[in-house]
Amino acid sequence: MGSYILRRIGFAIPTLFGVTIGIFLMVRLLPGDIIDILFGGDLTASEEVKDQAREQLGLNGSYLEQYWRWISGVAQGDFGFSLRNTEPVSNVILDALPITLELVILGLLIAVLIGVPLGVISAVKRDSAHDYAARVGGLVGVSIPSFWLATLLLLFTSRVFGWVPPLNYVSPFDDPIANLSQFILPAISISVFTLAIVMRMVRATMLEVLGQDYVRTARAKGVSRRTVISKHALRNALIPVITIVGFEIGVLIGGAAIVEIIFGLPGVGYVLLQAIFGRDYPVIQAAALLIAVTFIFANLLVDILYGVLDPRISQE
Amino acid sequence: MSTSGNFEGPMLPQGGPSNIGAESWVYTPQRRRDRLAKWRNPIGLVGAGIVLFNAFIALLGPQIWRIDPNALDYLRFESPSWAHPMGTDELGRDTLARIIHGAQVSLQVGVIAVSIAFVGGVLFGLLAGYYKGPLDSLLMRIVDIMFSLPGIVLAIVIAGLLGPNRRNAMIAIGIVILPAFARVVRGSVLEVMGYPFTESARALGASGRWIMLRHVLPNIVAPLLVLVTVYLSVAILAEAALSFLGLGTQPPEASWGGMLNTARTYIGIDPWLSIFPGAAIMVVVLGFNFLGDGLRDILDPRLGPHVGDVPVSK
Repeated sequence: MGSYILRRIGFAIPTLFGVTIGIFLMVRLLPGDIIDILFGGDLTASEEVKDQAREQLGLNGSYLEQYWRWISGVAQGDFGFSLRNTEPVSNVILDALPITLELVILGLLIAVLIGVPLGVISAVKRDSAHDYAARVGGLVGVSIPSFWLATLLLLFTSRVFGWVPPLNYVSPFDDPIANLSQFILPAISISVFTLAIVMRMVRATMLEVLGQDYVRTARAKGVSRRTVISKHALRNALIPVITIVGFEIGVLIGGAAIVEIIFGLPGVGYVLLQAIFGRDYPVIQAAALLIAVTFIFANLLVDILYGVLDPRISQE
Repeated sequence: MSTSGNFEGPMLPQGGPSNIGAESWVYTPQRRRDRLAKWRNPIGLVGAGIVLFNAFIALLGPQIWRIDPNALDYLRFESPSWAHPMGTDELGRDTLARIIHGAQVSLQVGVIAVSIAFVGGVLFGLLAGYYKGPLDSLLMRIVDIMFSLPGIVLAIVIAGLLGPNRRNAMIAIGIVILPAFARVVRGSVLEVMGYPFTESARALGASGRWIMLRHVLPNIVAPLLVLVTVYLSVAILAEAALSFLGLGTQPPEASWGGMLNTARTYIGIDPWLSIFPGAAIMVVVLGFNFLGDGLRDILDPRLGPHVGDVPVSK
């Protein structure tokens, strides 16, 4: 098991390294000199001033030097300074991260806690009305844009209950209830896509597992239907679902990035978009890197969990 | 280097050698009725209907509903009526006309973005799957790296850095979905290369290019067709998201995402403005997903429950 975990970590490191290079190059290879864009229409700016700005931003020297300077800073938690308010980027980002993480975790919980039972029922009562409703509902769930769903939910709660979630961010440590009431609508909005995918996957794998010999054997020796489904079938059907969850975390992070803007939650997606419109390159780099690291780390956890649940994988 | 890989032993598909014979050699004649039966797929047909209807609206809509999507009027925030079946917006513009224009925008972005991904993905996938070795490892490493940023986040960053307009949104979406095509094509190529007929073509002296064009490509048409359908829906959704965030089609030009964004400001005054554009996105995306699902059932049941959303192999 230990060597399996080490091997997985070993796979993640080159990807992480590649991501830092990718993000670094992406910001630099795009059209236009960052400095020219920053100075905008200011034609009076002398080369000296520009060179000074270049040095401040770490944009002087070869790409190799620049990359080394950036990455060694990042390794020490120094992401440079925001161009807009000269605040350290690490502060901006670290304030935003918990908000996005909370949203993603809530979304994942909703998707799994509802998607798995729906998928099981759909498979067990195959071709029933419930099954058809779940299958069509699954396709609808994959097609509904999270940002539209968010708008509809807001519309619904404000028209029917006359309730709108609080607009200023409240930390869960200050007031857990206010925090939850603020996060519940965005979490539902981003969870629907994943919920649909999880449900479809559970249904498909359950159908496969329910046809296996050992399930019939268990039934034949007198184990109750309920126990066979929950103990024998579901346990095995859940293993492929875990792989999906790893991938879906990316979808949830992406959904969170958009929905945060609708609900005014200052998460990583919100910060990233603000930085893009403000051409705040150090913040863009840091936010993109942070999202990638979160995603890679989540997938690493999923891989390890996969190995724990399915000993065949870690024995390979 | 490039050709030796194949003689050291063919890449076998997952089922093992015994399955290959059964699949590729035995031809079972089907009755015409049986062959037609598998095309009777209600979900796929509904999807095809929606997709055709959307294409029809995008191409001929402006000829049928002859109101200028940008014409201003003093009748603002009208509710749906006979004169304005979807009402009017904050500047008195007709929402139906704007939805029709949005259909053109979304279809254009979808088709161009998927074309970029298709051409690039097929090229990279064929090269990686056929030549294997270091080229394959390098290309697949790049794919892995691109997959480690959530698709929409990568699209936001690329579109934002290139500059917010529709052309750049198309490029960004195309780049973001390219790796998915490359990965599936590579997997299919590896599978086809394991079949006896490619090996015999090679033994008969066929060149690498000949084998790719005449043997490999025709055999990966089915997964590609499904992929194109599913990713058209992904691209349309992504365009809507980018325009919603202000990174795609720019106002005053109508786009579904952009309309939803402006509607947010007036949600207390006129909820209709938030409802129609979102419903349009959902119906069209649903159409492509239904069609993709149906095609998957018909063309290739082995493709599994949801190839489009899941990287096929680690």
